[in-house]
Amino acid sequence: MERTGIARAACLAYRRDLLLAFRHWGQVAQPLVFFVIVATLFPLALGPQLAELREIAGGTLWVAALLASLLGVELLFRADHADGTLEQLLLSGQPLAILVLAKGFAHWTICGLPLVLLAPLVGAGLGTPPAANCTLMLSLALGTGILSALGAIGSALTLGLRRGSLLLGLLVLPLAMPSLIFGARAIDLAIHGDSARGPLLLLSAMLVLSVTLAPTAVAAALRISAE
Amino acid sequence: MNWTWFHKLASPPHAYRIAAQLLPWFAWPAGALIVAGLYGGLVLAPADYQQGDAFRIVYVHAPGAWLSMLVYATMAVAAAVGLIWRIKLAHAVAAASAPVGASFTVLALATGAIWGKPMWGTWWVWDARLTSELILLFLYAGVMALRASIDDRDRADRAAAVLAIVGVVNLPIIHYSVYWWNTLHQPATLTKIGKPSMAGDMLWPLLLMLLGFTLFYGAILLIRLRAEILKRERDATWLTTELAR
Repeated sequence: MERTGIARAACLAYRRDLLLAFRHWGQVAQPLVFFVIVATLFPLALGPQLAELREIAGGTLWVAALLASLLGVELLFRADHADGTLEQLLLSGQPLAILVLAKGFAHWTICGLPLVLLAPLVGAGLGTPPAANCTLMLSLALGTGILSALGAIGSALTLGLRRGSLLLGLLVLPLAMPSLIFGARAIDLAIHGDSARGPLLLLSAMLVLSVTLAPTAVAAALRISAE
Repeated sequence: MNWTWFHKLASPPHAYRIAAQLLPWFAWPAGALIVAGLYGGLVLAPADYQQGDAFRIVYVHAPGAWLSMLVYATMAVAAAVGLIWRIKLAHAVAAASAPVGASFTVLALATGAIWGKPMWGTWWVWDARLTSELILLFLYAGVMALRASIDDRDRADRAAAVLAIVGVVNLPIIHYSVYWWNTLHQPATLTKIGKPSMAGDMLWPLLLMLLGFTLFYGAILLIRLRAEILKRERDATWLTTELAR
């Protein structure tokens, strides 16, 4: 029998996860609804003045995105772990890190991308000017990628544990703090009409670093968790 | 190269005995250095011309902060050794180190807050160094919580090791991003207190304290490592004969 190439295996893994997500699209929508609800909490807690909300819009969007992606990433390996797919991936003879990368990218397509597309709408509710939308979406697109990568590490480490979701937050949130700093800063600069080039470049660098290194860590963590 | 000594060191019975033999070599110098450093820092060193006597807390604060980072690095190196060469003793070192490092981090944060009260007028400011120290405490908490929530010891060791290594890769990024964040958000005059002019009679007690604290960590690590070995090897026959001796 001919061996399946790694590129094809990765494509299949990506397609499978997308297909599964579209068949259960209610699950996919949950983090998005959560994102909108968390973003709604801030005006309710701090007051309805748009001028004031504009000052914290970047941070609000980022904190909401951070929490929503934490909620989404928990599901990344759970179903696969429960029904034995994960063991098949481990035994498939394909490099696990590449398969993990494909799965992570599928996860970002399902959870990160819709959030990025929804963000200008939520941003408008927080008083961000339309001119800032481009930076806003770029910042969150880079950021959700980083969060997917970091979240995948936490998700793989806490796989099958009791109270794993609480632990996931404890593990991932401290690691996500640098991207929060620059992501929120980029949106803040754009809202005030300044160039957000610097923080966006730093975010891109972090994305490259996490996409390069995280799959190896996730693969190691999955091997430990699946034993 | 002959690696027998290394493998011998990595076996729990030898490590258990060697740790006991090494302990006095760390504990006594640590005690002597800390007493000398405290005397030098609290009595002999002159008061700072700007901060008065308040600066003297640096003799506890700086060693605490230094060790909070040194212990994390030690933990990550031990975790990597345990993960790569599957040496269980290295995992025991990592497990024994984490709570010690977290304690030093709390010490650095608490003394930083106490120092901040007379200097800045508040217990807490979002100073870059304080903030990255706080995030370091969160990283320690994550490693300890992950280890605590996995029942199987082998899995707990290796999962905590992966997290410790991920954390050590992130530490420089966290440190510099917090540093830039702070300079972006706050006027530097508010947070930058002039580092006490460290010259002569102010500097040497600090160096003694740094060395003393480091040796103190070594001593604590040896004690905790022995306890960890006792816990892990409680069913082993060598332990029964060792304890019966």
